[in-house]
Amino acid sequence: MDLTQKLINAGEDAVDEMLTGIMAAHGSHLWRPENAPRAVIARDGPRKGKVGLIIGGGSGHEPTFLGFVGKGLADAAAIGNVFASPPPQPVVDAAMAVDGGEGVLFMYGNYAGDVMNFDMAAEMLELEGIEARTVLTTDDIASAPREARATRRGVAGNVFIFKAAGAAADKGLSLDEVERVARHANDRTYTMGVALSACSLPHTRRPNFQLAAGEMEIGMGIHGEPGVRRGPLQSANAVADEIMDAILAEMAARAGDEVAVLVNSLGSTPLMELYILYARVAERLGEAGLNIHTSLVGPYCTSMEMAGASITVMHLDSELKQMLDHPCDCAMFQVR
Amino acid sequence: MDFTAKDLQSLLEELAQVMAAERDNLCALDGEIGDADHGIAMEQGMAAAASAARDLAEDLQDCSLQDLFNAAAKGFLNAVGASSGPLYATAFMRAGKQVGPATSIAADDLRFVIVAMADGITHRGKAETGQKTMIDAWRPAADIAAAGGTSTEVLAAAEAGAASTRDMVATLGRAARLGDRSLGHPDPGAVSATMIIKAICTRF
Repeated sequence: MDLTQKLINAGEDAVDEMLTGIMAAHGSHLWRPENAPRAVIARDGPRKGKVGLIIGGGSGHEPTFLGFVGKGLADAAAIGNVFASPPPQPVVDAAMAVDGGEGVLFMYGNYAGDVMNFDMAAEMLELEGIEARTVLTTDDIASAPREARATRRGVAGNVFIFKAAGAAADKGLSLDEVERVARHANDRTYTMGVALSACSLPHTRRPNFQLAAGEMEIGMGIHGEPGVRRGPLQSANAVADEIMDAILAEMAARAGDEVAVLVNSLGSTPLMELYILYARVAERLGEAGLNIHTSLVGPYCTSMEMAGASITVMHLDSELKQMLDHPCDCAMFQVR
Repeated sequence: MDFTAKDLQSLLEELAQVMAAERDNLCALDGEIGDADHGIAMEQGMAAAASAARDLAEDLQDCSLQDLFNAAAKGFLNAVGASSGPLYATAFMRAGKQVGPATSIAADDLRFVIVAMADGITHRGKAETGQKTMIDAWRPAADIAAAGGTSTEVLAAAEAGAASTRDMVATLGRAARLGDRSLGHPDPGAVSATMIIKAICTRF
């Protein structure tokens, strides 16, 4: 089979070379401690008396995770290999760098590897006298039935969930309160995606799954984990309808409620297609009597060059609205 | 016959070579039911484990088997993260605890190394047999090893366990989200586990 085409040097250097580039481009926002090249820290934000928010996970989802490090959002990100959890050490390094004496909160998508590594990091931090708590994101409604919500994966909804928790921490709330806001945000965030083509790892440069010409897969995960249904490629409106049917059924919102919406590219799907999807999403939300308070359209949580998109809806209340509106200044995401 | 610190180093070097050679096959297996990175994690992890043990042996004369296992654990974990990092790091640390600060053990005691590794993986990953994970290879091998089976019998148990994952529906780890669609594909973690068990079994 032909190798996929990528603009890389050696595959095994891809993550570190990306980080070198990010530091060169965004050094005004980000820094890395000496001897901790996989811990990316916000220049502004971490401070004494503030709960530290540490996010992280595998590479390949940029701008998730490191793009959301900055004042008002996450204090640091721990960076893993492509699609692989970081080991405990960069998580510990990040926590030590941002600890303001009020404890730290770990937030990341619910994947077995991430849970083991971050839990080991929490055990190591306990020995250093730093309290670390964890809120897993579980917004991918295609990954498990509603009654098994806690086992679902965390995907693009991360951006809203991290944003809410980051704002809570920036406002100076206690660890208990930041954790509560984070859980509340996760409970009210719903995502579902569709994949149109595979991505490939820099090391192997082989597609990580096979999708025949003319096919799509609804519910596919952001690492190419098989989804809920494979079938012929349908129109943007039909795909948006299938996803919105599932989200609206689960969200059970009332007319007049407000929502935040993210139409996210999985990598190679262009803005043109995202806005076509967005038009239908807005129409469906309007029909349901829901008001859109926040809109994001673009690549927020990608799967390298995978084609496809995901739709996220966060069911707002006054608290979450306030948290999303709180200013933040990250290398790849700003709210003013 | 004894199993010495030098033998442990050569075992780790062999594992690094085996994983490098099998990388693409393991990735392809993982692509069927996961995210296609298992071969990469095992290649990087074992290479780092071997290299950490090599560095330690150069720095520290007469280092013990436990020192080497601990170095391998740390090397594997920091290179990989992922799921296999914590699982194999814990396995190596338990193996080190099992052999203790000795510079050699009777080769037949390697059976207890297999048991300790299986216990470490179970402790960290909380998996039981039948869930389509690496423990489906490690647990039956450890049971036969603990019961005094020959190395041939231990390896056969691991191989049969790994093969049996083909007919299992995953209930733990990433493949658990597939439900019935995980049927018909062996678990890549159980396949790589068998390669590790095989390398240990040729030494007792």
